[in-house]
Amino acid sequence: MKIVRTLAWVLLASIFGASAGAELLALADYSQQFRESPNRAPSAQFPLGTDDLGRDRFSRLLYGSRVSLFLAAAAAALATLIAAAVGATGGYLGGVWEKTAMSGTDLVLSLPWLFLLLAARAALPLNAPPLASMSITFFLLGLLGWAAGARVVRAATRAVKESEYVLQARASGCGPFRIIVAHVLPNLKPVLIAQFWLSIPTFILSEANLGLLGLGVSEPMPSLGTMLREMESVSRIASYPWIVAPALLLLLVVSCFQVVLRGEQRPL
Amino acid sequence: MKFRGVLVNGLTALLVTCSALLGQGELRFCLRSEPRTLNPLLTADESSEAVRYLTAGVLIRMNRLTQVLEPELVKFWKVSEAGRTVQFELREGLRFSDGTPFSAEDVAFTMRALMDPQLRSPVGDSFRSAQGVPEVTVTGPRSLSVRFPSAVAGVERLFDQVAMLSSRSPLKEKAVLGPFLIGEHKPGVHIRLDRNPHYWKHDEQGRRLPYLDSIYLEIQQNREIEFTKFQRGQVHLINALDAEQFQRLSRESPGITHDSGPSLDSEMIWFNQAPSAPIPQFRKDWFRSRNFRRAVSAAIRREDLCRMVYLGFAQPAAAPFSAANRLWHNPALRPHEFETKAALRLLALDGFRLENGVLKDSAGNRVEFSLVTNAGNKAREKIAAMVQADLAQIGIRLNVVALDFPSLIERISRSFSYDACLLGLTNVDLDPNGQMNVWLSSAANHQWNPGQKTPATSWETEIDRLMYAQSSELNQKKRKASFDQVQRIIWEEAPMIYLVHKNALSAVARTVINARTTALRPQTYWNAERLRVSVAAQGGAR
Repeated sequence: MKIVRTLAWVLLASIFGASAGAELLALADYSQQFRESPNRAPSAQFPLGTDDLGRDRFSRLLYGSRVSLFLAAAAAALATLIAAAVGATGGYLGGVWEKTAMSGTDLVLSLPWLFLLLAARAALPLNAPPLASMSITFFLLGLLGWAAGARVVRAATRAVKESEYVLQARASGCGPFRIIVAHVLPNLKPVLIAQFWLSIPTFILSEANLGLLGLGVSEPMPSLGTMLREMESVSRIASYPWIVAPALLLLLVVSCFQVVLRGEQRPL
Repeated sequence: MKFRGVLVNGLTALLVTCSALLGQGELRFCLRSEPRTLNPLLTADESSEAVRYLTAGVLIRMNRLTQVLEPELVKFWKVSEAGRTVQFELREGLRFSDGTPFSAEDVAFTMRALMDPQLRSPVGDSFRSAQGVPEVTVTGPRSLSVRFPSAVAGVERLFDQVAMLSSRSPLKEKAVLGPFLIGEHKPGVHIRLDRNPHYWKHDEQGRRLPYLDSIYLEIQQNREIEFTKFQRGQVHLINALDAEQFQRLSRESPGITHDSGPSLDSEMIWFNQAPSAPIPQFRKDWFRSRNFRRAVSAAIRREDLCRMVYLGFAQPAAAPFSAANRLWHNPALRPHEFETKAALRLLALDGFRLENGVLKDSAGNRVEFSLVTNAGNKAREKIAAMVQADLAQIGIRLNVVALDFPSLIERISRSFSYDACLLGLTNVDLDPNGQMNVWLSSAANHQWNPGQKTPATSWETEIDRLMYAQSSELNQKKRKASFDQVQRIIWEEAPMIYLVHKNALSAVARTVINARTTALRPQTYWNAERLRVSVAAQGGAR
């Protein structure tokens, strides 16, 4: 298992590395339209062929992975932060605080997030550059994606709350805020890390879903989601099998995260 | 064994011949959505229109192939009083599908229902005007006249959309005069249309039409599934194919795909010129400049749009009506030519300058604006991406924003919070009167600056004048001259930049006999009463 986990780490590092260094690896600009070469098969010039507009798929995959992976990680960090704050506060303070925190969590969980995202994106200024609008979308994903994590954190906090070191801290006159920050949260680290890793593939898939609806990244910027849209037609896949590359990459990333996570999850 | 083989072949040939002669068969095709209504006076969506077309009897029908109006339930009609009155003489012996006789009273009943403000019929809207509603006078059991409050040119074409209802049948709107009647309706699943036993038409040999026993309309939103079903022979027709499917099908089975040339649909871009638009003043100034609009138009490679987005199955567009509209197309207008230098020259006339690949206006503002379109329409998203790349060549930064449809409509028709919009227009009515709600400056669909109290520009004043002139002119040549001039002004001023007219692409299984496709809707089954499906086809449409 250790070998598999190491391999997963290596693969993840390679994928993140390749997308981070897209400028060095890409053979063409992701937005350049080779209009005389639409829908080309893979070749030395275009390793993954070209799309309908003659854009190099390999370059777009590199840049698209960067957008999806890095912004998903940022959104996951935001969601984990909110989950930690809400879950730890509710779980530690109990009573009205806990009820309020959990009611809020239930409310967020019950929201039709897709429609909320559509509405939020529709309200964004139209002249925002593609990267800005994409960042805002992921920020919204992060803002909406913390609720499930908060429940897990709250359950873990209740276990930590009864521990002797917390009891001792309380006996020595520490206030609730100090106990949460100095004693509870550090002991929730494995839970929070697991939540963070778990959220990344969720957000990548959420962006892919938005992309499938045509509401992902704006042109000409690519993302895994927008590239997945090319696979909407089964017969198209039969004609151009290389268009499944983004799906394979996404599958690989999500699988690697799962393998890595299994190793990270340790009992408290 | 040899004798058995010959016998089987002979029997099959006999069956096919008999089926052709006896005309038994069921035609199957897909509707893209559940019809919103089965009341023929309330139809507004494509699926409801399909059901109405196949079931309703109308007084006058426009032949989709020849684009000529033909008498249907009437023996003849006569337009008099300079276009204010239309007199009809109905055919004899016509009956609704339940056997109830059809008379002039039914026409009067239908017209009253159509004009009922409580019903809010979209078809009825075409008959209303500021002066009032038409009056119907029954002058005999089979004769009547419809008098309009003011002269309306080409008024008789409106009757192509009016399904006649029975005033006496207990079945109400379910009693029909068309070739088929609704036999079974399972919402969300299918509609089966059965042959109308009282349909009045006969073929040249005196046989009662329609030939088909029934039409099975499967409600299928997924176009991929529809396509696969066609390939498997489970449906016989696809009314509108996208270019990729068309190309694939043409490769696999040549002869079953039909390219009827440019359709009536067009894709265009317009700039927001509404005075109340919450956008910076300098952008409003750009958008109001004819030179700016023409420069943008000249920077777009329409040929590339046709070739790459529609795989060559589209034509560069110059004006609202494509060549598919034989009567009203203006062949003198050519699409604005792609010429970057000419675009920059036009921009220079208004003080724009290109600095290090960035276009700036005379005040030094970078030329950057957004283009909204509806999310989920792949062709439109590709057009937007290509226009973005084209405009980058003259230093314009275009931000493409795909919005869900309600948000888009909110922005373009209520808040006016947008810069430019890319959308398509589907022309159903061939007559320019059907576009009064677009070209009149006071109209709600005058998209670049809707609902003007007085025309904002001299050319809009001229368009208003010409549109009113053609709408009341009975001389066809003069009407055409007026509307040609309207199209020329639109071409010159470019308030709407027409990009492409996509081709009408369809597919009809070989087993469907008598099919002749057209660019006009319904492209494949406009002559449904004369279509046949051979018995051999029942096991597989192709």
